[in-house]
Amino acid sequence: MSTETKTASNTEDYLRMYRQMVRIRTFEDNANQLYLSAKMPGLTHMYSGQEAVAVGICEALKVSDKITSTHRGHGHCVAKGANFKEMFCELLGKEEGYCRGKGGSMHIADQSNGNLGANAIVGGSMGIATGSAFTAKMLGKDDVTVCFFGDGATAQGIMYEVMNMAALWNLPVIYACENNGYSEYTKTEEIAAGSITARAEAFGIEAFQVDGQDVLAVNTLATDLAARARKGEGPFFIELMTYRYHGHHVGDINREYYRTKDEEKDWKENRDPIIRFRTHLVVEGLATEEELDAFNAEIASDAEAAVAYALDAKYPDVSEVDMHVFTDIKHALA
Amino acid sequence: MREITLSQAVNEALAEEMRRDPTTFIIGEDVAEAGTPFKILSGLVEEFGTKRVVDTPISEPGFVGLAVGAAMTGTRPIVDLMFGDFIFLIMDQLCNQAAKTHYMSGGKMTAPMVLRTNLGATRRSGAQHSQSLHALVAHIPGLKVAMPSSAYEAKGLLKTAIRDNNPVVIFEDKLMYQDKAGVPEKEYLIPFGIANVKRTGSDITLIGTSSMVQVAEAAADILALEGISAEVIDPRTIVPLDEGTLIKSVKKTSRAIIIDEGHQSYGITGEIASRLNEKAFYYLDAPVLRMGAMDVPIPFSPALEDITVPTPERVAANARKLCAGEMIHAT
Ligand SMILES: Cc1ncc(C[n+]2csc(CCOP(=O)(O)OP(=O)(O)O)c2C)c(N)n1
Ligand SMILES: [Mg+2]
Repeated sequence: MSTETKTASNTEDYLRMYRQMVRIRTFEDNANQLYLSAKMPGLTHMYSGQEAVAVGICEALKVSDKITSTHRGHGHCVAKGANFKEMFCELLGKEEGYCRGKGGSMHIADQSNGNLGANAIVGGSMGIATGSAFTAKMLGKDDVTVCFFGDGATAQGIMYEVMNMAALWNLPVIYACENNGYSEYTKTEEIAAGSITARAEAFGIEAFQVDGQDVLAVNTLATDLAARARKGEGPFFIELMTYRYHGHHVGDINREYYRTKDEEKDWKENRDPIIRFRTHLVVEGLATEEELDAFNAEIASDAEAAVAYALDAKYPDVSEVDMHVFTDIKHALA
Repeated sequence: MREITLSQAVNEALAEEMRRDPTTFIIGEDVAEAGTPFKILSGLVEEFGTKRVVDTPISEPGFVGLAVGAAMTGTRPIVDLMFGDFIFLIMDQLCNQAAKTHYMSGGKMTAPMVLRTNLGATRRSGAQHSQSLHALVAHIPGLKVAMPSSAYEAKGLLKTAIRDNNPVVIFEDKLMYQDKAGVPEKEYLIPFGIANVKRTGSDITLIGTSSMVQVAEAAADILALEGISAEVIDPRTIVPLDEGTLIKSVKKTSRAIIIDEGHQSYGITGEIASRLNEKAFYYLDAPVLRMGAMDVPIPFSPALEDITVPTPERVAANARKLCAGEMIHAT
């Protein structure tokens, strides 16, 4: 992530976007492996397939800009600047995790990079994102907040309450709806009446639909909207058309009853955001296949090292269990 | 007797009641083809169709409110709330609307609905998917609250709930869905407000709810080896509460521990302890102890999560102290 507001117009920016997408995919492949080998406690939701959304948007943001994330949050976390080591430690419930093991995959947060946290309540972060934008406006900061949520979350009433207020008060928030076609085991068309963007438009919010598998299209739009939101022209709404490659969570293996293998194959082979961008980089002469392969290899070994580290890392001491219930008190029960 | 899982027991109860009463229907997220993430409802949509097994958008206040209105006008909704933690989203519909309809209408209207949901930690699900929130609901007059402790109770209590003319909330332990127990093939119902004395004893009464009944029984096993005889009681419903059976037992044993997975403070355990103090005071040889989940959000890390809930060893340790007269003044 860059520290300045900028347009992704140079090679360096493009290569960073490529690397960030590969980092997300690699993180998820490793997380999935940890689940399959019974080394990870609980379940987790894979972001694979949706990388261009998180990266295209977060590359348009500054470190001090905020995001709120979802149960499918590893991608947002990586894209906003998090490290593998602290992330894997969190997924394994270790002391060195971003949340000292207290949060886990569904609650990972990285305050140092403006990630206010994943959320296990669908729609649970919509108020938080809007409140974060309220702070920016009230304190006169030029920070923008991006609220990531899924198509399924558009069914939560809170979304309409906060969009109304954000529009009334011109808050610098961008509602980013990742429409991956499903909420759990149900197709979007079975749970969403009418048009999703039209709902935002009803509040007078400018709404856009964009190909969420095209990182440049996402980044160009997000860069423009972030700049406009900083000038007080927000809020904005984006519907990003995308697809999740894995099941709803890592344990959702047999899923043919709700979507076909052919459909999955089509998205993976013909619309993969990483393959598409890679082809673009090579065709435009911005990078060679060898250079990109070298990135991939470096990221793979980074991930491997972080996983090994996290597996060996220690659990929090049991005395931490009643720490952090309240701030300023070391032990709430003391 | 044949043994089936708690999940199958719930499924059977629903199928039987839906066959019996055509005004019943199930409503919730991914209840139809998917049969819920826990696969509890598998097969029901095939038998009853999508008109009576209704998949909803992720709109909990909306579909619970809809259920309240449907219940008030002649149907019997059985709401599936995927995780007990989502009860916070639907509190207005459940507590301000459903719970008060009968009373506020001077007895003219009813809201005969069932809300099935779950509780229980140690599934590594994090702080928003691990809570046991039954005390919140039990606090509200007008709601009945059932807490099945096995497949047998799950079936019998659910059938009773569906026939009850009041709103009923049932909390199943999500870690027990695959646990098997003997369940008769012949139809049976378990009436509300009748506790089940799981084992008789003379030295101490262990009152457990939901999966804490198993914890109490395991503690009783440990204590038996040491010559301490524990009586184990499962209230089965906390509203209504079978106070009589609990008081009778404590008058006999003169000591009691109440074990429940809700947070220790301001919970079910405090309520039951208080009633025992009020109604069996002169029979007590030791303070009545509460054992609940620690007063912390349930942490994700296995190293921390496991110590937040009562265990048989900790129950036995407390029982031992009570019986030895070491806790006259509990710390
Ligand atoms: C309030 C609430 N209701 C239900 C759930 C259970 N749940 C978790 S993820 C999910 C589907 C979310 O779909 P969507 O918003 O499209 O996100 P996706 O999983 O596709 O990324 C559901 C129903 C929840 N966590 N919170
Ligand atoms: Mg979705």
